[in-house]
Amino acid sequence: MKESLKSLRFSITKRYGAKTVLDRLELDIRGRQFVTFLGPSGCGKSTALSIVAGLIPPTEGSIWLDGEDIGHLPPEKRGFGMVFQNYALFPHMTVFGNVAFGLELQRRPAHEIRTRVQAMLALVQLSGLDERYPGQLSGGQQQRVAIARALVLEPQLMLLDEPLSNLDAKLRVEMRAEIKELHAELGLTSVYVTHDQAEALSLSDWIVVLRDGVLMQAGSPQDIHDRPRNLFVADFMGFRNFFKVRLAPAPAPGIVEGEGGGLRLRARDGGGFSPGSDAVLAIRPEDIRLAPAADGANAFRGRVEIVEYLGREHEAAVSIDARTRVWVRTTELLAPGDAVELSFPPDKLVVLPTE
Amino acid sequence: MRRGVLGERSEFDGLALVCLLPSLFYVLALFVYPFLYGIYLSLHPLKLAGFSLANYATFFMDPYQYGTVWITFRLAIPNAVVVSAVALWLAYGMRRGIWLERTITTVLILPISLGVILLSEGILGFYGANGWLNQALLATGIVAEPLELTHNYIGVILSLFMQQFPFCFLMLLGYISGIDPSLEGSARTLGATPWIVFRRVMLPLIAPGLAIAFALVFVMSFAVFPSALMLGQPSGATRSIAIAAYQQAFEQYDMSYASAIAVIMGLCQLAALVAIVLIRGRLASGATIGIGKR
Repeated sequence: MKESLKSLRFSITKRYGAKTVLDRLELDIRGRQFVTFLGPSGCGKSTALSIVAGLIPPTEGSIWLDGEDIGHLPPEKRGFGMVFQNYALFPHMTVFGNVAFGLELQRRPAHEIRTRVQAMLALVQLSGLDERYPGQLSGGQQQRVAIARALVLEPQLMLLDEPLSNLDAKLRVEMRAEIKELHAELGLTSVYVTHDQAEALSLSDWIVVLRDGVLMQAGSPQDIHDRPRNLFVADFMGFRNFFKVRLAPAPAPGIVEGEGGGLRLRARDGGGFSPGSDAVLAIRPEDIRLAPAADGANAFRGRVEIVEYLGREHEAAVSIDARTRVWVRTTELLAPGDAVELSFPPDKLVVLPTE
Repeated sequence: MRRGVLGERSEFDGLALVCLLPSLFYVLALFVYPFLYGIYLSLHPLKLAGFSLANYATFFMDPYQYGTVWITFRLAIPNAVVVSAVALWLAYGMRRGIWLERTITTVLILPISLGVILLSEGILGFYGANGWLNQALLATGIVAEPLELTHNYIGVILSLFMQQFPFCFLMLLGYISGIDPSLEGSARTLGATPWIVFRRVMLPLIAPGLAIAFALVFVMSFAVFPSALMLGQPSGATRSIAIAAYQQAFEQYDMSYASAIAVIMGLCQLAALVAIVLIRGRLASGATIGIGKR
């Protein structure tokens, strides 16, 4: 493999008429990193990727590769590999023709093309299918061809635009592992776009969460998962219980206490909040315990209303009082009408600004 | 179960046949019968009794008549080439939508709605010896003598182009904008310049549609009649095969000979279509595979 890039830095704004699709999105990617743009559809993540690839010009800003401004370069001069959501294989070329396309354009000798294409097809487990046309392959095989076609050129940077979203659930998990393996094995630098948080968490070194073209939070998967900085990221990452509170003076260092909706809750102090201000406390269903708290803090009684079966677990809606209902995930067998005791471990509750 | 399915199917087939009858009748009465009757007529010359190939023999022995085949090809092929090439160029450029697209498309389509006669009148008024174009050119001193753009080969080509370009353009625009845009994006990231994207990715995928568009334009041009009369030299350079048939039918009142000329015209069109289909098959053998399943 060719030397991976050392750093890719960009600051881009994209507007279509009056609509801002990307608002000064700034990022610094280091070599061998796996960076993911995560967000709901329409958040600008694919646009950002296309701008990095050179397929769409930014309205403002530029891109620097190892310190050199490449914003003016057309896509064919950037040397980035790209994998598309719908694979974008050339339907009139065989698997071999598709993978060889880039090498042929580089005017490599025929024997070199043959060896490199065969090696790449072996790497993505497609040996023996070289004479097939894309229309004769399954979705998973087509995506492997698309990945092989980009990788065979030994790109400094791999751009992957929702490459797994057209595959069924089982295949998606398999391909996810394969992509991760290829990334590590070949020492690639990758930028990946997805709306699936599980994909983002399992693949990435660094996650960038976007909403309406604005960066909401960037950080390691653990950061994004455990310490969301705002309601949007928390909601997107699976926090399902939110409590509007007014913060009270801290009862102890590192702890905040809030009161609202008839509940008094303690949470881990993430910093930046002063007593008297409004905040939202959030907790995931799987972090709520179905047991009385040892110290009596954050403990409530409730009644089970709805039970959703999830396979290994259940997710239950428990009403604490007329105004408050929380979602709890448990392996215990619950039935609607059951009386339960709940406790919210304070270190699992995060404090978020109200907007 | 099996019997039920079969029963249902035959019932459906019966109903389908009944529904088919009106259109079948239409095709038989208005196309197949006149067509076969034309062939029958052409084989029964006016001045001879019974079956004879005399009409065909006469046609191919008379340079004034068989020359029309060459004249018509000379109009139809260059026109089809120019129309398809310009339409391809424009439709390719407009494949992702452009500014004022609706207005431009409307202007391009307008000639279709006007009809050939009005269009030809317009061409005479604009490009004729005393037309606006020549008056403007003379007044500005760009030319000393008026350009001869009508009542010759150029006039007919102008008219054919304006009649057939919109059809061809719309067909190709629909075809090209149906091709997945990410194919271009992926080709670019693999190192292809816009020209290579066109030549190696897009053109092979457009080829089947281009062949159909070319064939349609060719067939329409080969039947050129009103514009060859109004804008050309109907007794000389643009005496197309349709004019030859018309003269036999309505000037010589020899419907039998006219039918023979019409059959020859049909055979020429058929031969060209077969050639186009063969070339298309050779050019794009891989292109059709999997185009529907992207």
